[in-house]
Amino acid sequence: MDWSSLRLSLELALWTALLLLPLGMVAGRELAWRRFAGRAWVEALVALPLVLPPTVLGYYLLVAFGGSSAPGQVYQALVGRPLAFSFQGLLLASLIFNLPFAVQPMQRAFEAIPQDVREAAWVSGLTRWRAFLRVELPLAWPGVVSSLVLTAAHTVGEFGVVLMIGGNIPGETRTISIAIYDRVQAFDEGAAASMSALLLGLSLFAIAVVYLLAGRGRPR
Amino acid sequence: MKAGFRGNLVGTWLAALVALLQSWPAAPYAAEVPVVAAASDLQYVLVEVSETFTRDTGRAVKLSMGSSGNFTRQIMQGAPFELFFSADEGYVTELAGRGLTQDAGALYAVGRLALFVPRGSAVKADAQLHDLAASLADGRLRKLAIANPEHAPYGRAARQTLEKAGIWEKLQGRLVMGENVSQAAQFVATGSVEAALIAYSLAISGPMAGRGAYVLVPEEWHRPLRQRMVLLQGAGATARAFYAFVQLRSARAVFERHGFSLPR
Repeated sequence: MDWSSLRLSLELALWTALLLLPLGMVAGRELAWRRFAGRAWVEALVALPLVLPPTVLGYYLLVAFGGSSAPGQVYQALVGRPLAFSFQGLLLASLIFNLPFAVQPMQRAFEAIPQDVREAAWVSGLTRWRAFLRVELPLAWPGVVSSLVLTAAHTVGEFGVVLMIGGNIPGETRTISIAIYDRVQAFDEGAAASMSALLLGLSLFAIAVVYLLAGRGRPR
Repeated sequence: MKAGFRGNLVGTWLAALVALLQSWPAAPYAAEVPVVAAASDLQYVLVEVSETFTRDTGRAVKLSMGSSGNFTRQIMQGAPFELFFSADEGYVTELAGRGLTQDAGALYAVGRLALFVPRGSAVKADAQLHDLAASLADGRLRKLAIANPEHAPYGRAARQTLEKAGIWEKLQGRLVMGENVSQAAQFVATGSVEAALIAYSLAISGPMAGRGAYVLVPEEWHRPLRQRMVLLQGAGATARAFYAFVQLRSARAVFERHGFSLPR
């Protein structure tokens, strides 16, 4: 078992989920209730990572993150370190490819709140913020948790993008799914087997949580 | 929510993200443990050499194994490796030409190619590849694994060898390509293919023991796999020490024991 890889994956998952939570909440709520021009395009853009091959995203990120590219230089000027082959690079990539996993469950949850409940909150004199905190959020929370869990689980499992832009650096970009690949190639079946079993259990647990929450939202 | 308010939220989020990335602790590799990129035929020999290095000097290196071509690409994109063990000197020359290395590097080993057939395979391992050609003709050979000739030096050597044997064209459609030579070895070790052309150093390694039979293919059938290592820009003291350590007689003996020829 490669503990540093496990820790790295969990850190990446945690940061990705936490950073996407507020963004997903705003975007999910807007997409659920607002009608605006180009809405279908925004939804398509959010869903894109679901169908985009990880290698396509990996390729663009590799080109964009390189030290000679404009985005790469802007980043280096802003943060003071190169982006390619670093944990921060993985984090940025994670934020992009997890967008649908963060936004969509929350969008579904906000969509499920009946219009008359929201109107009732407004006429009872609650401010927008209080209505959001006291009425909308309590109703939407299964979606919020689903989004957190799915984002985290998906981050731990991501392989293609990480392989392309990470460079398999121990303790920096070698996540647990990369470590499994690495161990298989080194004929280290024991480590590959134990890490695979761990991820299997973790994934099953994450999906079970999501379905458990979805079941709660349904009328009995 | 008003549009301005939403804009503020997104702006705040972006500012928070930049602040977070700025305050992130410096990468661990910036500390005293350099990351070494190494061709995957060095899987076992380099682990052994680096363990001895750590025992003798108290310093450590981190090993990242992969295909030489991919590492070259990553180094060009700014990957923070300090030392690069290529399975082919061409990549080192290319990096040196771009000013990404400290010098022209040093030859550390010459690799050999071996034909490996898994236990129970219908194909026999002979150095002249006679039975490989025969089994291709009579259908006993369904799949042959090699490393990808596009970016893996052992794949290129395999291609040259198969061309020399006159069966490269006939093999099209029957080739399984590993991302690097270690993956090709993985395919044959599990018996998923009837034969493979892999690094001799992997064929004689512990994990492959008892999984099949192997034979060295004639050295002159492919361009020599002259393996060169080089210190990259930004290499620190530990990387330099390891670079020197690998050239010591004791380390060279380990390479020899793992099936490499030594450069003269």
